[in-house]
Amino acid sequence: MLHIVDVVQNSVRAEAKTIEITIEEDLRNDRLKATVQDDGMGMDEKMVARISDPFMTTRTTRKIGLGIPLFKAAAEACNGSLQITSAPGQGTRLAVEFQRSHIDRMPLGDLAGTLLTFLITYSDIHWLFCYKVNEREFVFDDEPIKKELEGVPLTEPTILAFLRELLQEGIDEVTP
Amino acid sequence: MAIKSLDELKKLKTEALKRREVTQSTGRVQVIVPMGTPGIAAGARETLKAILELIETENLSDVIIRQTGSSGLDEWEPIMQVVIGDQPKVTYGKVSPERAKRIMKEHVMGGKVVTEFVVPQ
Repeated sequence: MLHIVDVVQNSVRAEAKTIEITIEEDLRNDRLKATVQDDGMGMDEKMVARISDPFMTTRTTRKIGLGIPLFKAAAEACNGSLQITSAPGQGTRLAVEFQRSHIDRMPLGDLAGTLLTFLITYSDIHWLFCYKVNEREFVFDDEPIKKELEGVPLTEPTILAFLRELLQEGIDEVTP
Repeated sequence: MAIKSLDELKKLKTEALKRREVTQSTGRVQVIVPMGTPGIAAGARETLKAILELIETENLSDVIIRQTGSSGLDEWEPIMQVVIGDQPKVTYGKVSPERAKRIMKEHVMGGKVVTEFVVPQ
């Protein structure tokens, strides 16, 4: 999930207001797919082409960016691929695919923990998560929760525990 | 999402609001953890996890947690920054989960900066 964290940070820097993360495990065809879709500022074709270049970054604090190139290399090493679709003003969609059973395929790790971290540390962003295993799926949208909370922070201890359980239970229910 | 869980959330919100009225005097606390690749490689996720755990176990109200990209202080990662009310930001370095818990207890809850973990300027 380290790479997903990287991709999400790119979306945040692109001033996304909504970020949708989808993770799909297709056990029959032995594929693991993930997408991150944002409504940020997007990129032109030239920028998309250059983004796999390890010496390309939009950052100003240092001159190299390895997030996307490393993610792409990890996918390709596992009979997979990585694609970025973007246009200025249209947001960005990153889709990555792995052979699920590949020995070099990185584990998903603590999915609930990672999602919870996004939710509470970037609380201004509208989050959508979808975790799918074959036909079973867990869909999470933080908007109804935030609406209900009316500004009470997600980090209130009982709400934090509530969110943690909600995500964990939802994920456990579809986990193979 | 099930209706049942939103009802439960409503109850939690009411409780949280009541609790905040009691503790309002302390002022809002912000905890910032840089989660760039260097931070994560150094263990920032475990640090953040420890902070969240402490919020739950100590029932800490009114703490806002944020993440940022790389701090530029790679050799000090994982970094944890604490801002209480209008006070200046305090930057801690090499914050292991144990250190994070101490900072939460002594600085966030106790109001006393843990000087031994502060990154020298």
